Amino acid sequence: MDTTKKIFNKSSLLVPLVSIVLGLIIGAIAMLAGGYNPILAYTSLFERLFGSPYHMGEAIRAITPLIFTGIAVAFAFRTGLFNIGVEGQFVMGMTGATLIGVLLDLPWYIHGPLAIVTGALFGGLWAGIVGFLKATRGVNEVISSIMLNWTALYLANYIVAAFLLEPGQQKSRPIHASALMHIDWLIELMDRARMHWGTLIALLGVGVFYLLLWRTKQGYELRAVGHNPDAALYAGMNVNRTIVKSMMISGVFAGLGGVFEVLGVFGNQTIMAASPGYGFDGIAVALLGGNTPVGVLLASILFGGLSYGSSGMSFGAGVPSEIVRIVIGSVIFFVAAHGIVKYMLKPFMQKRSADKRKEAA
Amino acid sequence: MEVWGQLINTTLVFSTALIFAALGGMFSERSGVVNIGLEGLMVSGAFAAAVATYSASEAGFGSGSPWIGLIAAVVYGVLFSLLHAVATITFKSDQTVVGVVINILALGVAIYFTRSLYDGSVQTPQLYDVFSKVSIPLLSDIPILGEGFFHAYPTTYIVAILVAVSYFLLFKTPFGLRLRAVGEHPSSADTVGINVSRYRYIGVMLSGALAGLGGATITLTTTSSFAYNTISGQGFIALAALIFGKWNPLGLAGAAVFFGFAQAIRNFAQLFDWSKNIPTEVFYMLPYVLTLIVLAAAVGRSSAPSALGQPYDPARR
Repeated sequence: MDTTKKIFNKSSLLVPLVSIVLGLIIGAIAMLAGGYNPILAYTSLFERLFGSPYHMGEAIRAITPLIFTGIAVAFAFRTGLFNIGVEGQFVMGMTGATLIGVLLDLPWYIHGPLAIVTGALFGGLWAGIVGFLKATRGVNEVISSIMLNWTALYLANYIVAAFLLEPGQQKSRPIHASALMHIDWLIELMDRARMHWGTLIALLGVGVFYLLLWRTKQGYELRAVGHNPDAALYAGMNVNRTIVKSMMISGVFAGLGGVFEVLGVFGNQTIMAASPGYGFDGIAVALLGGNTPVGVLLASILFGGLSYGSSGMSFGAGVPSEIVRIVIGSVIFFVAAHGIVKYMLKPFMQKRSADKRKEAA
Repeated sequence: MEVWGQLINTTLVFSTALIFAALGGMFSERSGVVNIGLEGLMVSGAFAAAVATYSASEAGFGSGSPWIGLIAAVVYGVLFSLLHAVATITFKSDQTVVGVVINILALGVAIYFTRSLYDGSVQTPQLYDVFSKVSIPLLSDIPILGEGFFHAYPTTYIVAILVAVSYFLLFKTPFGLRLRAVGEHPSSADTVGINVSRYRYIGVMLSGALAGLGGATITLTTTSSFAYNTISGQGFIALAALIFGKWNPLGLAGAAVFFGFAQAIRNFAQLFDWSKNIPTEVFYMLPYVLTLIVLAAAVGRSSAPSALGQPYDPARR
């Protein structure tokens, strides 16, 4: 298992770990600046996370969409694309699943799968637009995806308001039970926490992410294009088609995240003032996880746990829950600018080797 | 007829913020540093302007308060852009990734401190003192055009002057020549004795100052407070204006006015017969969809500075 060895080798693990510590320290400084007690806040965070089966289950519920958006971003990254549009693809995935779930009435063995596939396709096609514009018109994928994020938000709101609205409310009619993805026995077990099959699919997604990229010919092509598009072109690969394909696969992962938010968690879709933000957190997850399957999984557990636990911080220590945005932002700042971390570590490293030399002498 | 004058006027209000930010992006990208973080820098400016203006009003500065807000936005914007500069120039990190991080971080910091400053409220209080429109004597009496162009916020006049100054600075001064050289061919610039890092730092810090002004403009002329959605994609639209305007002050100003119009038309949708029955969501989508179409239609990728996005490493020239 060379890849696992690579993931766990010392230097690649050191930067993320130090970044997490630095992020927590900066969060503590921000709390002190706002006049709060950071130790009380971090303790309440942990108490919230591990306090009761309900909160643990809800934390898993919060982690699940991040696994999906994390692998979506990481997949595109591996092929040399920066899919910042996961947010919009997530929203389109929600909308696709809600449309099928509300408008159709089918037996459960068709209804659920159809809703899932439709949502995934909505996400994939929405991302495909970005890939198409980049491949044919050379439009920078970052800007086009941002524009599509806002478009998706208003388009989703329009679809809910025009076709699916529950009269007198700012949300869609409920999704038919035949399309819902709850796990009833687990919900009972976890004190009514909203457990659903999406978590299992997300874990499978991590496996698919690995197999697709590292165990298939297509995956090799995708990574080759990401690594060096010119060389890939010279080797006879169709770079433009690869760009579109990669974006669409990434969008399918993102769309699935949205699908299970409506089918597994809420059972309807609200008219949103802002997009849910899981897509942007997916960028953080992918960066911290180094775009590796295991890394993404661990990073989504960390960031999902932090985000969910932040409600405990505001409950226990009065800290605005947005503090977690600062912690996550700082962590990925240090991961992105790993040169800074290495620079900060240098004195310690040198000291250690100097100590060793002294001991030897 | 009055509607048209008002439409021009509102277009300019929205364009002003975009031009500020796009000019900022221009200085950064002309020096070779991609600045996806414009959105976050605008958020920072909008937040700093709201807090400073509110505090200044409380302290009794009256109508001088928004000017204090503008200065605060510049200072805070520059501080935030320094994060970008240190990470991308000194430590040679990926510029796009760092830009995205700046966006996430700027919004997190702004909302966290808004909530801790104002008792958990997710937006700053309404500001008492914001900019009011200034009419230019005589010129503002011209029908339609007078109402459209010469009855505007001070920030609009400032940005008009800044466009001219930037053009002069970029194309007619040694500073501009060096800045462009650093963005086009850093190793040649280095060979003739130009300090590449210093010019890139200046470029990125200018982007912080100008995008900060752009954000402040929105707080002080449009929303009169800061909330999480005060800046909603304007930084990215400014980037699109920069690309569409081919990294040229006059070009980007023209593009920004076009995008400003797309935002302004939303407020006028109810006033025209032809647009009454179009769902409001369509008008909300319009600026973003138009930006996308324009980007897809705009040809000439080659006009980007050639060293854009590449960290300069003297050891590898």
